[in-house]
Amino acid sequence: MKKTNPWLLVLIWILISFLTLFPIYWLFVISVKPAVDLFTTPQIILRDIYWQNYIDVLNDRTLREYMLNSLIISSSNAVLCTILGFFACYALTRFNLGGRESIFFWTITNRMAPPAVFLLPLFLLMTQAYRIGDFTLLDTRIGMVLVYCTFNLPFAIWTLRPTLDAIPRELEEAAYVDGASTWKVLTEIVLPLCRPGLAVTLILTWMFAWNEYLLAATLTNFNARTLTTGLSEYVTTTGTAWGTMATISVFTLIPALLVFGLVQKHIVTGLTFGAVKG
Amino acid sequence: MQSKRLGWLLLAPTLVILFLFGVLPFLYVVFVSFHQWNPFAANPEITFNGADNFRRLVFDERFLASLGATGAFVFFAVLTQLVLGYALAQAFMKDFPGKAIFRTIHTLPLIMAPIIVGSVWKLMTTPSIGIIPHLLDSWFGFDLNIGNSALAAFAVTVVMDVWHWTPLVTLTLIAALVSLPPDPFEQAQIDGAGRWQIFWHITLPMIAPAVLATLFIRLMDALRTVDEVLMLTGGGPGSATRFVGVHIFKEVFPRTNYGYGSAISVIVLYITIVICWALYTGMLAPRKPRKG
Repeated sequence: MKKTNPWLLVLIWILISFLTLFPIYWLFVISVKPAVDLFTTPQIILRDIYWQNYIDVLNDRTLREYMLNSLIISSSNAVLCTILGFFACYALTRFNLGGRESIFFWTITNRMAPPAVFLLPLFLLMTQAYRIGDFTLLDTRIGMVLVYCTFNLPFAIWTLRPTLDAIPRELEEAAYVDGASTWKVLTEIVLPLCRPGLAVTLILTWMFAWNEYLLAATLTNFNARTLTTGLSEYVTTTGTAWGTMATISVFTLIPALLVFGLVQKHIVTGLTFGAVKG
Repeated sequence: MQSKRLGWLLLAPTLVILFLFGVLPFLYVVFVSFHQWNPFAANPEITFNGADNFRRLVFDERFLASLGATGAFVFFAVLTQLVLGYALAQAFMKDFPGKAIFRTIHTLPLIMAPIIVGSVWKLMTTPSIGIIPHLLDSWFGFDLNIGNSALAAFAVTVVMDVWHWTPLVTLTLIAALVSLPPDPFEQAQIDGAGRWQIFWHITLPMIAPAVLATLFIRLMDALRTVDEVLMLTGGGPGSATRFVGVHIFKEVFPRTNYGYGSAISVIVLYITIVICWALYTGMLAPRKPRKG
């Protein structure tokens, strides 16, 4: 490829970064302003910081519960979807299963449904059909983990497909010739090669689950309520309390930032594919 | 080579979960779509009315308008994301100072919940409060009012979606580009192929599976966008940003027409599947000969 001046790229990326960061910066600006100042002429530079919104939110025990729920639900869901999605995708690409292309496509149709109209059927099924004695799935963490699979599991299968397709079958066949079991091939040959793809899948499914709002708002009452629904609760009960809302939004962002920071380097290790040349 | 039973066994948990939480609710929605039902009213009777909901829908101007708005929204948003995402992914393939930091910054919008994105953009664009109309007015004398200009509201929803989702496209395409073997590119350069030729004949076919997956994910999510648009514009002004997801939400919740809302959902889901299926087979076709 032709040589591009790296500093030109840096300049472009500074501009892009500014555009990317500005809305997030603005969210922070709103969260540290008293309500009265919101309606004065907007100013880009922040002059003084008003922490009261943060103190209020941190002192709210309910919101701390919500944050814990969000963490547990989205982490469990991401792990579950990545593992099951990996198995399913492996089964669909390596075994000559009847109608496998149709199954592959069908999985994603579960993600296409307009969410608003599925709220009621899910509510009814979770309270009446899926129950053991008095235990129903409604307003439980496990219930939300399973419901989130409808959009995250197809996503996992589809994001892992190119990764799995890119692994040459010869590697696996050679291992079979050497007498390895399918499980061994799956965990010791395919899995390590898929690591970058799995990391990306894990992060993105986690994020989709963490950020989900509509389903959580309808299918939970108190026990399994998540941070995004808490956010909307604040808005509806106090009108447009932009300051408080912006503050909860910042709190919603922080754990996401931490998780993202932890696993980000794995995305770059996509280079391991270079080890196998067809 | 391997036993089929093991394959089905690996697939089983996925099938069971998707059946219980995807297929059954869907069948329920199909059932309701043939009924007149208002479960939130004083008289929550469910009565069979045949294909009335579907007949009504074909001539429903509000529904057709929302379909048109959705089409335009998806077209502009997803196209921009793909082009921009590809350009940015290519820009990451080269070395330059601060690459890791820029990449991290670029990925930040993905972390944000749609509902938060909606509120941030509402805060930034609402006339008299927002910073963007303020700056546009003082710099260019341009009046951006998402409250009364249909075009402005529409444009802001597209910009918001592009801001929010381009990083997803970039990430997926980086993963695809990084996994490409260097040989064909070296060979093409030796043979004197131009940039555009290399892109069209080598890069694009090789990253096609990743582009396909990305296109679908973006198309689907754009078609069912609710949270952020509801928060930003509430579907207005008029019906400028009343995309189908928002339209269904308004039909089911404030207006409580559950039967009619279900019928719309079935049609919208059908349209989505048809579009995606056409794309899927269309993009799969050139891929097949390479497999043999």
